[in-house]
This record gives sequence, structure tokens and C-alpha cells, in this order.
Amino acid sequence: MKILVTAKRVPDPEQKVKFKGNTLDQSGVNWQLNQFDEYAVESALRLTENASSGNARNGEVIVVSLGPKDVQQQLRSTLAMGADRAILVDASDENLDSEIVARTVQKLVEQERPDLVLLGKLAADSEANDVGQRLAGYLGWPQATFACSIEVTDGGKALLVGREVDAGVETKKVTLPAVVTVDLRIVAPQAVKNGVTAATHAYADGPRYASLKGIMAAKKKTIADSSLAALGVAATVRAKVASVDAPPARKAGVKVASVEELVQKLHNEAKVI
Amino acid sequence: MLKTFFAEEHEIFRKSVREFVAKEIAPYTNEWEQAELFPREIFKRCGELGFLGARYPEELGGGGGDYWYSVVWGEELPRSGCAGVNMGLMVQSDMATPVINDLGTREQKEEFLVPAIRGDKIAALGVSEPGCGSDVASIRTTARKVGNEYVINGAKCWITNGTRADFITLAVRTGAEGYGGISLVLFPTDVKGFKVARKIKKLGNHSSDTAELSFEDCRIPARYLLGEENQGFYYIMMNFQGERLIAAVGAVSGAQRALDETIRYTQERTAFGRPILKFQVWRHQFAELATEIEAARWLTYRACDLYNQKQDAAKEITMAKLFAGELLNRVTDRCLQAHGGFGYSDEFHISRAWRDARLITIGGGTSEIMKEILSKRLGWG
Repeated sequence: MKILVTAKRVPDPEQKVKFKGNTLDQSGVNWQLNQFDEYAVESALRLTENASSGNARNGEVIVVSLGPKDVQQQLRSTLAMGADRAILVDASDENLDSEIVARTVQKLVEQERPDLVLLGKLAADSEANDVGQRLAGYLGWPQATFACSIEVTDGGKALLVGREVDAGVETKKVTLPAVVTVDLRIVAPQAVKNGVTAATHAYADGPRYASLKGIMAAKKKTIADSSLAALGVAATVRAKVASVDAPPARKAGVKVASVEELVQKLHNEAKVI
Repeated sequence: MLKTFFAEEHEIFRKSVREFVAKEIAPYTNEWEQAELFPREIFKRCGELGFLGARYPEELGGGGGDYWYSVVWGEELPRSGCAGVNMGLMVQSDMATPVINDLGTREQKEEFLVPAIRGDKIAALGVSEPGCGSDVASIRTTARKVGNEYVINGAKCWITNGTRADFITLAVRTGAEGYGGISLVLFPTDVKGFKVARKIKKLGNHSSDTAELSFEDCRIPARYLLGEENQGFYYIMMNFQGERLIAAVGAVSGAQRALDETIRYTQERTAFGRPILKFQVWRHQFAELATEIEAARWLTYRACDLYNQKQDAAKEITMAKLFAGELLNRVTDRCLQAHGGFGYSDEFHISRAWRDARLITIGGGTSEIMKEILSKRLGWG
């Protein structure tokens, strides 16, 4: 299976960010790979390897990102995890919106012709959660969002995707090629079944660490450069940031003396039970 | 972080070690400290991830990296807040094995270094004895050559990983008294006559096993001699450089961690109506410590840079070990004080950091020995 994965760098969520007007003050920001995208890379690797036989590769994983030159480090880290190659589309975050990103990935899909596009369900900075959906629409491909499990079925022609919805887990069958966005439980030990790796195989919980061997091998893998112009994507930003405000500080809670009082308050004041 | 020394791939490696430490070591340290041992599988996991042989050649299963990979390893491990585990792993990666890579024959590397890099065999370094520590030239464990074998008799003390090591890089006396009669051999611990005399109880580093070992007519093949006979003292002194340097790297990182945690704690903890950090006496204390840590870091990086370039770094390494080691003790002591009663309890990490820190000015050469080396080096000793 050939899989295209999208990856965005975001500021470290543990770090306090500063804004200059409506834009992020980038000085002193520690950048890292958006966690959901890291999960997408992990899922793609699980789909393209035979983990029962020394992780022998059984497909290709191409990671793409839009961003400045420095994003190379985050892309290189996905190559160190085991992805095969990467494409970096030169752009700056202020001049991007979901529409441009989706159109860019669409062009890359037309160029690379993968069987599957895997994306994180959202980026931890903007939390827009719409690139995958737009992309599927533009490509005219089936989509399954917020995947918590993926199983290859129909002899590799379709995927059974478990989706976390409010009422529980819904299972959807999508024929390939398709667009799938992943949620955090996709990296649970048995969330991905590719039909080649033994069904009993349990992965380590979470995305894999890049081993030193992987890091050294990644030095020799390619990160191809591209640009919006080269891909023929119009770079007109249509989504505008109106203002940026910090969320209101959390108000102090109340202490209750007993379970009875808690139940009463939840019922009468909070009105949640 | 620091583009001067750490390239993109070092930072990717840092991320791997950091996540491994956060997920697979830190959550279990209380348990391992109590058990006074950490699981053998940790060596295996570190081997799989390439942590144990970052700068050993790729043909031996190592990473083929430069010394800055080891620095990353040495900086990230202390984030577990458990020096015992760190020491066990560091002995494996940076203390008992470098000398095999430097001097070993192809066969010796295949038999000892390759499985150590993979984490399949646990390594220990055997130099100190019950009767001598700092005074390496006085070791009394003997290796008598009989035909194609060495017959070893004696005892070793303070041996990290000692209760379960599969082999020991062992200092023995093969010649006359004094530093000219010492050799290094590779000693497999399944040899008859070898015994773990006792597991030693310690002030800190509880999760790391420390042993006293005894050797009674232990026969090993003569081909296990490392390098040349009677050159061992020089080899040990050479090996000490790496051991002291990585100890300094870990000390700086541990000091930084202790200070960061204490600043967080004193921001939250209030006394007399305000956070402790708002008291000038503590703010100024922390400013001083932060400055000293920064100074120690750059002295250590200077030593790492020289060492990485294979230049003579003995002076800088000795200074770094002395300065960073003493500093770690000062930092953890002051940080414990700032925690008040909680600092003395087991409820905060700082009490463990404080007791673990105490080893750093003793192991790998005491501060007094560092000063002795420096006064000789600087020409007035």
C-alpha cells in the first residue's frame, strides 16, 4: 500500500505562547510535530510493514508538510521513525489556511497517486479539523474521520475504520483510495490490522521512538522541495484571524462536605444530573 | 537547542530518549528503588533503540555517531529523576565498554561488545577493591598466567551492575607492584570460582545493584587480555576520561532538573501569605545556582567538544567532573532546603535527588583526586 501522510509542526503545547497582535510570536517557540500527525505516521507504518517478520516493509509511506525550511527537522524525525521519503512545500504559516493546505495536498495526491491519505484529525495549534474533509471532497474519495481503528479488508481493496462518535464506536467501510483522519486511540497496541502482520501482534502503546539506527538511516532518505507555485495552487488566504484572546482563567471551585451535598449541587446548581 | 553542537539528528535522538525515559523509566522508579533493582529488560529495550552504542561503529551494531549523541543520552537520562537506573545504563554504555571498542580484538568485540550494545549482556567495570579505591596503582587482585590461561584471585568492591553482570572489564595485577604491573581483562561471570560476595546497601542509587565480588582460582583464556599486558593503568586512566565526562554531563542535567522542579514548587507553596519564590532570599539563591549551572554546562560542553575532536581534554574533563559534581550536591542541598519538611520526606523527588547526588563527588575519582590531578596538570603538584 502506498500511503501519503500529512504532518504539521506546531508549538510545544506545554510551552506558554506569546502573540504579537493576531500572530504568534515565533521567537523562542519550541516546534514539534503535531501529535495527531505523529499518530498518522505510526498508523501508516503499521499498515505498511510485517511486524511479525522484523518489520519488513510492505508498502511506501510518504510524509508531506507545508512550512518553512526548518520543518525539515520534524520531517526528518518521521523518516527516522521509518517513513520512506518526504516532501516539503515551502510556505509560511501566516500565509496558509485549510483551503490552501487541502488544495496543496490534493495536487500532491494527483502527483503521487497513493492508495490512502492519512491525516491527524486536527492540528493542535489551530484546531481547524477540516483539511481531511475538504481533501476528500476535492478528490471525490470516500472519507472516514476520527479513526480509532483501521483494518485492511477485501483483499486490500477496502478499509474497515472504527470511528469514535458520541454514542460509541461506529465502523465504516471505505473502498480505496480513501482519506482517513486519525484520533489518539489509533496508536493503541492492536488498533491497526493490515492483514500481513499476525492479527495477534500487539504494538507498543503509542507512536514508536526513532531508534538510533532509524535516525542514521533517515540521513540518507530524501526530503523533496516543492512550492505552491510549482504545484499550481493559488496562495490567496481566505480565512482571516479576527482576534486572538487567551481563554478566561478558571474560576475557583467549591468544596463540598459530603457526597449528598455534591449530588445536590450537581442536580440543583449545575443541573447536569 | 544549541545549534553549535547539536545537529538536527541529535535533536531527533533527544526526542527518542526523552520519550523513552518519560514513558518507560520514570513511572516505575519508585517501584525499582524499593526493589533495589531495575528490570533486566531495560537494557534490552535500550539496546533495541540504539541507546547503548550510540558512538560505536555500525558494523558492531552501534550507531556510528559522534560524542554528542552520548551527551544527549547523558543529558536526557537524569530526567527520570532516578540516578540508580541511569548509572546502571551508563556503566553499560560509557564506562565498562569504551575500552573494548578502543583496544579489543575483532573476536573480543564480537563476544563482549556486540551483545553489550544490543543489551543482551550486562557489563560491569571492576577496578576498585575493598582495600583500595582512589589508589588504583595498588590493586591486589592477581592474574597469574598458566599456559594459555590467566588464573585470577582477589576481590572487587563497589561494582555497579555487579550482582548480575554477564562480564566484567576487570583490572588485575599481572606484573610487579605499582602502576606498571596492571592489566585489563574481559571476565565472563559464569567462570568457576567467581562469586558475588554481597550486595552492598547504599545511601542512594537504590535501584542500581552494587556488589562486592570475589575471585578464587578463576581461569579465563589468555585471549581475554585487553590490549597489552601491564599497560592496564594507562588504559584505566584513558577510560576514566569518558567516565568522568559523562558523569559531569549527567550532573549538570540533574542539577538543572532539581532547580527547575524547585522553582515550580516554590511558586506554588506559600508561607506568610506569599509564594516562597517571592522571598528575595530564595530568588537570589536560585539566581546564583542557575548561573553556576550555566557555567558548569559550558565548561562541560568545552570538555565534550575537545573529547569529540579526540584532542587532549584531561584538564577540562577533570575540572568539569570536579565542578559539576560539587555543584550537583550544592544544588540538591539548597533545593531540598527550599522544600522544607516535604524536602526531607519521600513525597517529593528532591530527597532522592539529594541522596543520589552524594555519589558524584566520590565515584569515578573523588573530588580530592580531581584536585590532585589538576594540580599536577597545571604544573604545581
